[in-house]
Amino acid sequence: MADATAQIAATGTERLTTADGRPLKTALARAQARARRRAFLLVLPLLLFIVVTFIVPIGQMLHRSIHNDGFAANMPQLTQWFAETEPGTEPDETAYAALAADLKAAAEAKTIGVVGTRVNYEMAGTRSLFTSTGRKARKFEPPYRAAILEADEKWANPDLWGTMRQVSRAYSPNFFLAAVDLARDNEGNIVRAPAERRVYVMLFERTFVIAGLITFLCLLLGYPVAHLLATLPLRTSNLLMILVLLPFWTSLLVRTTSWIVLLQGQGVVNNTLVATGLISDSSRIQMIYNQAGTIIAMTHILLPFMILPLYSVMRPIPPSYVRAARSLGASSWTAFRRVYLPQTLPGIGAGALLVFILGVGYYITPALVGGASGQLISNLIAFHMQDSLNWSLAAALAAVLLGAVLILYWLYDRLVGIDNLKLG
Amino acid sequence: MALPVYASPLERLWYYSYRVLCGLIFLFLIAPILIVIPLSFNVEPYFTFTEKMLSLDPDGYSLRWYDTLLTFGMATPEAPRDSSWWLDVWNNAAWVRAAKNSVIIGVSSTVVATVLGTVAALGLSRPEMPYRRAIMAILISPMIVPIIITATGLFFFYSATGLAGSYVGVVLAHATLGIPFVIITVTATLVGFDRSLPRAAASLGASPTTTFFKVTMPLILPGVISGALFAFVTSFDEVVVVLFVAAHDQQTIPRQMWNGIREQISPAILSVATILVIVSVLLLATVELLRRRSERLRGISG
Repeated sequence: MADATAQIAATGTERLTTADGRPLKTALARAQARARRRAFLLVLPLLLFIVVTFIVPIGQMLHRSIHNDGFAANMPQLTQWFAETEPGTEPDETAYAALAADLKAAAEAKTIGVVGTRVNYEMAGTRSLFTSTGRKARKFEPPYRAAILEADEKWANPDLWGTMRQVSRAYSPNFFLAAVDLARDNEGNIVRAPAERRVYVMLFERTFVIAGLITFLCLLLGYPVAHLLATLPLRTSNLLMILVLLPFWTSLLVRTTSWIVLLQGQGVVNNTLVATGLISDSSRIQMIYNQAGTIIAMTHILLPFMILPLYSVMRPIPPSYVRAARSLGASSWTAFRRVYLPQTLPGIGAGALLVFILGVGYYITPALVGGASGQLISNLIAFHMQDSLNWSLAAALAAVLLGAVLILYWLYDRLVGIDNLKLG
Repeated sequence: MALPVYASPLERLWYYSYRVLCGLIFLFLIAPILIVIPLSFNVEPYFTFTEKMLSLDPDGYSLRWYDTLLTFGMATPEAPRDSSWWLDVWNNAAWVRAAKNSVIIGVSSTVVATVLGTVAALGLSRPEMPYRRAIMAILISPMIVPIIITATGLFFFYSATGLAGSYVGVVLAHATLGIPFVIITVTATLVGFDRSLPRAAASLGASPTTTFFKVTMPLILPGVISGALFAFVTSFDEVVVVLFVAAHDQQTIPRQMWNGIREQISPAILSVATILVIVSVLLLATVELLRRRSERLRGISG
C-alpha cells in the first residue's frame, strides 16, 4: 500500500496498480466477477431444483396444449394420405384403403379407442364409429370404399373427413381455439363453436368478475381494519394482529369446512336467523353451493393478503399529516381523501393485485362450496384432467390462465416489487 | 388514535361506529375458525348448536367424534382398549395413517425447501448477485402460479418420469411449493444484516464454513425457522398436488378431509379441524416469538 502511494506520488499520471503490479481496474473487475460468481453459485442449486420440478413440468404442459398425436401416431397411412392431398379433396379408393389398413392395425394394437377419442374431441359421437368399424376391419376386402361404407355409412360424411384431416396434424392450435370457444370448419377457417359448446369464454369472464368482486370486498373490509391496526398503539395492534394472522395460518380446508358449517341450510347462520325470527323456517337462505358461497368463503380466505400489505404501508404514515390538514381547515373527509388515501395507494395496489392473482387461480374452495354456479376456470381444468380426460384441452385452458396470471405477476413486480412481499 | 377533544358530535358518532365496524370485521375473520371448536363436541351428528349445547348441559357434549378419528378404519374397533387396541389404532386407523403420511411428507419437503432456500437466500441478498430480479421472480413463482396449473404440469411430468404415486414425487412437489416462503422470510431477515460481521470472523482466521455456522447462522436462525414452519404448513395443508400425483393409498390429512367434505360431511371433520386450529395457534405463537427475537437480535426495536 505504501509502495503504491509512493508510486502514484512519483509518477503522477501513471495508472493505478496493485501491490503486485496489475492495473487496479483489472484487479477490481476480477474481484467483482469472483464475488458475482460466488453469489450465483449459492443460488444455482435452488434454481436448478425449481427448473426441474417446476419450469420443466409447466413447459411439458404447454407442449401438451399444442401437441396431440393420438391420431397421427396410430393412423400412419391415412395421415400420409392427408399430408399428400389438398384440403377438401374427395376421399378416393386410396384413402379408403389406407383407412381400412389403419383401422385394422389400430384394432389389433388396441389403440383404436385412442384414435376415436381424439376425433371425438372435435366431433361428438364419433368414438363408437371407430371402435365398431375397428371390430369389423379384419374382414375388409377390396374395394375398400364399398366395404367400409357397408360397415357404417357414416364414413361417407364429408365433415368426418374434414375433422380427420385436422386431427391428423400432431401439432395444431385447435385446443387453444377450443379454449376460447372457437373451432375450425372443414375448409380450415376459424369459426365460433356451436352455441351449446361455448362455455369457456363465459367461465373465464366469470372467473375474472368473481376475482374482481372478491378483491373489491377484501379492500372494503381490509382498509378500515388495516387503518385501525396502523393507528393503534403497537402493543394493542400486535395483539389484534393475531386475529388477522390466525386465519392466515389455519388450513384452507378447515376454513372452507367452517363456512360450510356456518352457511348451509341447517347451519349456524340460518338457524340463528330462524331462531331470532328474522326469517321463517321455510325460507332459509341458500348461501352455499352457489356463487355466494364461493364469494363469501374466498373473501374470508384472501382478506389477510389484503390487510398485511395495507398495514405495512399505513404504519409509517405520520398521523401529523392528517392533523395538519385538519388544522388548515379540511373536513375529516377531505383530509382523508386528499391527504391520507393518496399515501396508501401503494398498499392498495399491492394488496389488490395479490388478492386478484391468488383469486383467479382458486380451485379448492370453489370446488367444495361453489356448487354449479360458483365454479371457476380452475375447476374446469380439473374436470378435463380427471373426468373427461381431454388433457390437451385442460393444458390449453391452463396455458391461457397461466398467461393471464403471468401478466399480472409481471405487473406486480413492476409496481410493487417481489422483494416487498411480506408474510406476517 | 384517541378521539380529539374538539371532535364534533358527528365525528364522535363516526369514531364509535368505526370501532364497531372494525370489531365486526374482526369477528368475520375469526368466528369461522372458532365456531368449529364447540361444534366438534356435539353429541348429535348435526352442524349446529343443539338446545342442550346452548344451555351448557354436559349431556349435549361428547368426545364421540374424536373417538371416531381413532376407530375409523381399525381392524377391531370394538375390542377392549388395551395395548393391542392402541397398536391397531397406530397401524390401521385411517386418520392416524393420514397424519403419519402428512408428517413424513411435510418434514421431508421442509428439510429440502429450507436447506436449498436458505443457501439461495444468502446468495440473493449479496449485493453482487447478477440478474437478481429475474431469478427472484422465478423462485417466487410457485407461490403465484395457480396450484391447479402446477398440479397439471407435475401430472404430465411425473407420468413421463415414473415419479407418479411415489413419496419422492410428492415431497419434491411440496418442497417446490414451500421454497418461496423460505426465500421471502430469510431474505427479510438478511435485510440489514451487518456484512462486517462475517468479514470480522474471517479476519480472525475463521474459515467460511466456521463463519457461516458460528456467526451468520445464529443471526438468521429465527428467519430460517419461520420459513421452515411456513414451508411445513404449506405441505401440511396441500391437497391438489396430492390428488393429482399421489397413489391412492397415499392418504394425507388434507386429502382425507377433502374426501370427507365431498362425500359425506360428518362432525368428525370438525374434530380434525379443531386439532388443526390448535396446531396453527401453536405455530403462529412460535413464529411470533421468533420474529420478536429476530428483531431484538438485529437491534430493530419493536
